[in-house]
Amino acid sequence: MVIQPHGYAITASRNLDATFAALADPTRRAILARLAAGEASVNELAAPFAMSQPAISKHLKVLERAGLVVPGRERQRRPRRLAVKPLAEASEWLEGYRRFWERRFQKLDTLLDDLKKKEKRQTRKLRNKKQ
Amino acid sequence: MTNAGTLQVKTAGDREIVMTRVFDAPRQLVFEAFTAPELLKQWLLGPPGWEMVVCEAATEVGARYRYEWKHADGKLFGMGGVCREFVPPEKLVATESMDGYPGESVVTTILTEQAGKTTMRTTVVYESREVRDAVLKSGMERGAEASYARLAELLKGHGKRPEQTAAR
Repeated sequence: MVIQPHGYAITASRNLDATFAALADPTRRAILARLAAGEASVNELAAPFAMSQPAISKHLKVLERAGLVVPGRERQRRPRRLAVKPLAEASEWLEGYRRFWERRFQKLDTLLDDLKKKEKRQTRKLRNKKQ
Repeated sequence: MTNAGTLQVKTAGDREIVMTRVFDAPRQLVFEAFTAPELLKQWLLGPPGWEMVVCEAATEVGARYRYEWKHADGKLFGMGGVCREFVPPEKLVATESMDGYPGESVVTTILTEQAGKTTMRTTVVYESREVRDAVLKSGMERGAEASYARLAELLKGHGKRPEQTAAR
């Protein structure tokens, strides 16, 4: 679906693989959404889920391995916070793909407008003929 | 020119991309624009410098379609596949593979109409996560701005489990 004048980069960056793999789970996405609002401890992160703390820790580990979550500043509470760069990279890729298609669809908008006008004209003609 | 709605692109699961967009036209027209070669040629364009030179559409199950683009410097690019479902004016399913690249994806487009506007939902299922991510990477434009706003949007759409497409 993508025209790629410079050839495909099949060797997708390992980082991006890890990012998308980490994002593929709804609990992990919820954790990230929570961390987007600010640092939080494991307890705080576990609170909205019907899940044990070890289960949440497991998800956190996946996110940490993907580099999406890093330790926060306070040592005692051991909060976690969001790492911006990998997610920014992933969203940047999505954004490029989106723009590529949006350009096409804007052309399609114009085409559909023309088609609608043509259809209206034809209906009018038919009506005039009948009269 | 009316711009009914900008495109939303999301990843779903491990190997899917989901595109959603609203068009200010009845779905019969949108369906035609997706399947009639003389219309496809007018919008299914490449980056600047590329021209669509072959546009053979498939309008029945089992038929092959083929699209080719040519760059001003002579380079060619093509893709094609087989139509799996053809249900005017609401559903299109087709396989898709690109010249020179391994693998095949399945593209499902569903059109729904409400008050004269059409919502398009296109799901592309790739063979693997690696292929999907490579496609996303290929769509990246230099200098595209990464921002927290985009990140928030990316996360917002990820609250639910992705549904399975009918394509498999």
